[in-house]
Amino acid sequence: MKLLLTGARVIDPSQKMDVAADVLLENGKIAGIAPELVKTINSKYPGKVKAIDLSGMIVVPGLIDMHTHLREPGFEYKETIASGSAAAVAGGFTSVACMPNSSPINDNRSITEFIKRKAAQAALTNIYPIGAISKDSAGSQLTEFWDLKEAGIVALSDDGKPVMDAALMRRALEYAFSLGLPVISHCEDINLFGGGLMNEGYYSTILGLRGVPSIAEEAMVARDILIAEFTKTSVHVAHVSTAGSVRLIREAKKRGLQVTAETAPHYFTLTDESLQSYDTNFKVNPPLRGIDDLTAIKEGLADGTLDAIACDHAPHGRTDKEVEFEYAACGISGLETSLGLSLQLIRDGVLSWPELIAKMSTNPARILNLPKGTLKAGADGDITVIDPQIQWTVDVKAFRSRGKNSPFHGREMQGRAVLTIVGGEIKYDGR
Amino acid sequence: MKFEKKDILGIKELTVDEINLILETAESFLEISTREIKKVPTMRGKSVINLFYEASTRTRTSFEIAGKRLSADTINISASTSSVVKGETLIDTARNLEAMNPDVIVIRHSAAGAPHMLAKLLRQSIINAGDGAHEHPTQALLDMMTIKEKKGRIAGLKVAIVGDIMHSRVARSNIYGLSKMGAKVVLAGPATMLPRNIEQMGVVVHTNLEDAIIDADVVMMLRIQLERQNQSIFPSLREYSQHYCLNRTNIQLAKKDVIVMHPGPINRGVEISPDIADDPSCSVILDQVNNGVAVRMALLYLLTGGNE
Ligand SMILES: [Zn+2]
Ligand SMILES: [Zn+2]
Repeated sequence: MKLLLTGARVIDPSQKMDVAADVLLENGKIAGIAPELVKTINSKYPGKVKAIDLSGMIVVPGLIDMHTHLREPGFEYKETIASGSAAAVAGGFTSVACMPNSSPINDNRSITEFIKRKAAQAALTNIYPIGAISKDSAGSQLTEFWDLKEAGIVALSDDGKPVMDAALMRRALEYAFSLGLPVISHCEDINLFGGGLMNEGYYSTILGLRGVPSIAEEAMVARDILIAEFTKTSVHVAHVSTAGSVRLIREAKKRGLQVTAETAPHYFTLTDESLQSYDTNFKVNPPLRGIDDLTAIKEGLADGTLDAIACDHAPHGRTDKEVEFEYAACGISGLETSLGLSLQLIRDGVLSWPELIAKMSTNPARILNLPKGTLKAGADGDITVIDPQIQWTVDVKAFRSRGKNSPFHGREMQGRAVLTIVGGEIKYDGR
Repeated sequence: MKFEKKDILGIKELTVDEINLILETAESFLEISTREIKKVPTMRGKSVINLFYEASTRTRTSFEIAGKRLSADTINISASTSSVVKGETLIDTARNLEAMNPDVIVIRHSAAGAPHMLAKLLRQSIINAGDGAHEHPTQALLDMMTIKEKKGRIAGLKVAIVGDIMHSRVARSNIYGLSKMGAKVVLAGPATMLPRNIEQMGVVVHTNLEDAIIDADVVMMLRIQLERQNQSIFPSLREYSQHYCLNRTNIQLAKKDVIVMHPGPINRGVEISPDIADDPSCSVILDQVNNGVAVRMALLYLLTGGNE
């Protein structure tokens, strides 16, 4: 059976395409894109084409979340590969890369294989495991990058923890680069972090909560840029949250260094001001920053300093969040709100449609070397259909994710994914 | 004036009128403490739970006495924050207490925001008896009551607050309260004990004691947590006391009729030299303790609809 998507605006940054056209999917692949295909295809293959009218909709290469915590194995009460991928398709994602900080940590072939196996059985999306940089992410001994690569990881990261030992980070960048594996750095100087609970500034002062200074992030961003420059390797900076980080990455790119970076929707949507209710759903790491940081993040997105928007989807159970602020777990369940929040960037004039889709699909694919993020003929039939007009209200009870921890509960949104197609199959239909 | 608040979580949320009402009510209760039978039946049949997650004999006793003088049943519960690791959560504890149907729950907790969590969850009135480094509203109210008692007013006074501002809930509550009441608040402490952007609270900030106490009407010395020495917040107690201890010499910089306050317990010779602490012509530390009971009586009374 062929699938024909008709009447939509088709945006594919990988081919600089932005046209009104029909998209034909065949055998799980993109078979062709052309205006008015509908007129010829049906007569060519009578009874063999399922046509879907998508007038007013936007068809884009399947969205890719390059920073998700799927929690399985070990924390299945927070999320599983099945529930996380169900949340992903509902949020418009056709692929997710999952961070290794499960329990046990994905620091060896057997865990990677377990994730791949589980994904093959239960996932609605493509799942790309990320392996740990150091054994048990303890920051002292490198994992077997080569073995992990053969098992199927697409990148390396000790996410959740920084690699504090600069010499170890240097070796990681060198070894990973030689294998063509990107390294994703969770930038946070643990001493400057100092057990902080929110951004250090006026609001941490009046709330009496230990602050995380912006320099905790920036000091390590600067360090990793220097290491990448010295070793002529590349590094990807995870969840950029501060103006200083944006500036450092912008300068590094200007000097031609192989530095890429992502930010998350909460960093261009919320500030530390919203912690005044001590609502633990706003507790996230890195923390929500000040308005100057938020503005700088938007500028970094607009001028290309920040390549990608990633959810840092961090689902938690009620028991992790329904405690005193100090003891609450960090993180936001983000897969089902990411696109809705990011579409606001278009309405605010920060990004054009093709720019936004590049940051949510084409660029993550490029950074992780995935054969995705494109609608070129012959590519995998991963497609997200977005209704840019639909009004909806975030309701955590309706989340497919097990993690109901969202500071956006009750928020009015405009635009969302209404159809998510993975490998030519409809995995989510929210029309 | 009817008191509309359900809870007392911080001074930040109180209006000037509400602060005045609390202070006036407290002043009227002061007399009860001087009677031979120090008890009125106002809260007979009502109950107050003191839920303390941090040891504090002083504040807990003050609340207990306040409740008893109003004839309320007072129940003390000492809980341990270590139970957050295993065992009952704050929410579970709160739901259990709610089932016992008290009228007021007084909570002291090392985690900022813990009382706010209870207030959102429970229909009972919550009084914050100190939450982390956030607020300690009853302390600030008793401090304001003491200043008003000694100086006849708060507006227009210069109040210097000295010490570890970073970790002090007393400082934050007093900054809110005294500023609302029209005082000029000046802070002093080592740079490492001044939290970021504190000047946005409308205070003037100094890094030495002398600059702060010049012409001060009130000097409020904060308690130093001795264990902070090990956290590189300051080099040594010795050096701290040489530069931030209020003594006979530096107090000359303040107004002649300056009053000296301390939320207690004092580290003698660290924050205040013993001769100043014990000098009744300037030290009002014991008046603070006495007013503490009256302020807490006033809050229990107002929260349970006593003035309706
Ligand atoms: Zn991270
Ligand atoms: Zn993460």
